[in-house]
Amino acid sequence: MKQWHFGEFGGRYVPETLMPALEELAAEYARAQADPAFNAELDYYLREYVGRPTPLYQAKRLTEKLGGARIYLKREDLCHTGSHKLNNTMGQVLLARRMGKPRVIAETGAGQHGVATATVAALFGLECDVYMGAEDMRRQALNVYRMRLLGARVISVESGSRTLKDATSEAMRDWAATVEHTHYIIGSVVGPHPYPTMVRDFQAIIGREVERDMQQQEGRLPDYLVACVGGGSNAMGLFHQFVGRGPKLVGVEAGGLGLSGDKHSASINAGSPGILHGARSFIIQDDQGQVLPTHSVSAGLDYPGVGPEHAWLKDTGKAEYITATDAEALEAFHLLAEYEGIIPALESSHAVAGAVRLAPGLSSDMLMVVNISGRGDKDVNEIAEVEGVEL
Amino acid sequence: MSRIEKRFKMLKERNEAALIPFVTAGYPDLHRCRDIVMALAEAGADIIELGIPYSDPVADGPVIQAASQQALAASMDLEAFFNLVAEVRQSSDVPLVAMTYYNPVFVYGQERFADNCRQSGIDGVIVSDLPPEEGEEWLKIAAVAGLDTIMLAAPTSTEERLRRVIDSASGFVYCVSRLGVTGADQDLSDSLRPRLERMRAMTDKPLCVGFGISTAEHVRQVAAPADGAVVGSALVRLVAGNDGAPDLIDRVREFAVGLKKATVR
Repeated sequence: MKQWHFGEFGGRYVPETLMPALEELAAEYARAQADPAFNAELDYYLREYVGRPTPLYQAKRLTEKLGGARIYLKREDLCHTGSHKLNNTMGQVLLARRMGKPRVIAETGAGQHGVATATVAALFGLECDVYMGAEDMRRQALNVYRMRLLGARVISVESGSRTLKDATSEAMRDWAATVEHTHYIIGSVVGPHPYPTMVRDFQAIIGREVERDMQQQEGRLPDYLVACVGGGSNAMGLFHQFVGRGPKLVGVEAGGLGLSGDKHSASINAGSPGILHGARSFIIQDDQGQVLPTHSVSAGLDYPGVGPEHAWLKDTGKAEYITATDAEALEAFHLLAEYEGIIPALESSHAVAGAVRLAPGLSSDMLMVVNISGRGDKDVNEIAEVEGVEL
Repeated sequence: MSRIEKRFKMLKERNEAALIPFVTAGYPDLHRCRDIVMALAEAGADIIELGIPYSDPVADGPVIQAASQQALAASMDLEAFFNLVAEVRQSSDVPLVAMTYYNPVFVYGQERFADNCRQSGIDGVIVSDLPPEEGEEWLKIAAVAGLDTIMLAAPTSTEERLRRVIDSASGFVYCVSRLGVTGADQDLSDSLRPRLERMRAMTDKPLCVGFGISTAEHVRQVAAPADGAVVGSALVRLVAGNDGAPDLIDRVREFAVGLKKATVR
């Protein structure tokens, strides 16, 4: 039982209908992990299709501008489809094939996970339905169209706050009805066991590459690892290799309009222990256990929960979690565009904002890796709108 | 013997199955919800399930989702829920079951929730997203408070899981009739009867069927192989369709009387 949990967090809080599917998935995943053929196939697709390894690039102008720690960017934005999400969907689609499931479903917030799921479904000829909150479909219209071009159906979710939380609930409802022939590709390190562990493992290649490349370029481990945290898959992917080995792990949550009000998505900094979408973690809720609406300029971080392993890393002091507001993220977005020629996703802009906060206070022999989890093309329209620019 | 156990014993003597209507607590509003519960009890409901509204009901279909949202928007909370239960309990001896998701229980405090259930007059609790593996703590607390914990058995449950669900359950076992979430259906699943027979061979605990049971005919079909039928979405939909109708309570009563007749074997 305890292997389902990260300390007091994690678990499998789902209706009985889904329990056998989770057992099947955990067992199949364990078999796949031990199967050299599975690992060879995954490696092949990560290299030849996703485009791994991604570069670890020293951001000299940004470093000079901020004046402090030497900043490296892990370029997950250069993965096929434009974000780290494909690392996970590739692993899960190969599992779905092993389990003989002809259909996959997914939830999506910013649309990056939806696109990554639609992509692997097209690659292997599987049927694909993606649940997306109506509000997010408006904010991320480009990604909605991309998913449709890839042959997926995008289903608008009108319930609740019409964002990622409600899309996830709707995907779980679909799965309860279709579990016999459908695999649910969860996009982050959230959900019931084995998802938080499995998604982390599929993303952990990020941290392994960082260690190898940093050894090559600097001959040692980095001192700081910085990543944005919504559900937290790109952060877990970066952190996993380094937990307990010295480097300081810093997650940056979406501070929205600030933690003093209720317009934020900072589950770790401003939430409390609870159960959401099958796992115990920190969630944004009232004193009656009702989940509250969240806010972030970044649709991908606009979620009231966080992966249970992050809750555990926070609880045990193995990682630190700070926040960046919408305004700080937008400022960081422009900074990276203007100083490094890289337009980051709004999600990743929160990680850059974390570097803007931390780097100037550190000495120049400190090495800081910032995960650029995705590229910002999808956000350009939204940013123009927020900033009142007519395109 | 718990109030739920007593009811099943009585039903066995009468050769009837239990009629178990479900209502969303606080829907369409607190006052009418209480009247609906009383009308159901008078119409012959054997056990009444009171759904505690939750913001993210992953096991519920659109009908109960909408009712939950409306109740929450009208400030339904656990204090109001326990007051509602206490009010019903003052004038009725009908067994009452609280149906909830785990998070409200966890955040409120499991002991506190159990104590308030007991004191207000709840007899049993169903936690939709708490499988036996995660429910060990709650099962102990509920037992100490003298509450039955009704566990869910699904069409997907393996033999091994069914045993575990049945072992953990008290009051009755809730057999989910089909895949998916709550909602009214046209026809019952063909696989239901053999599944009930398999479970019957495993336990003497009462087996009640829910999900998709929406008509007297459905109730009649499950009354023979099972010990009870849960009617949820169909009833909530009836309330939703007659919200504002002056004879809402009469219509609910009439619907329940028809369902109860169908439980006689």
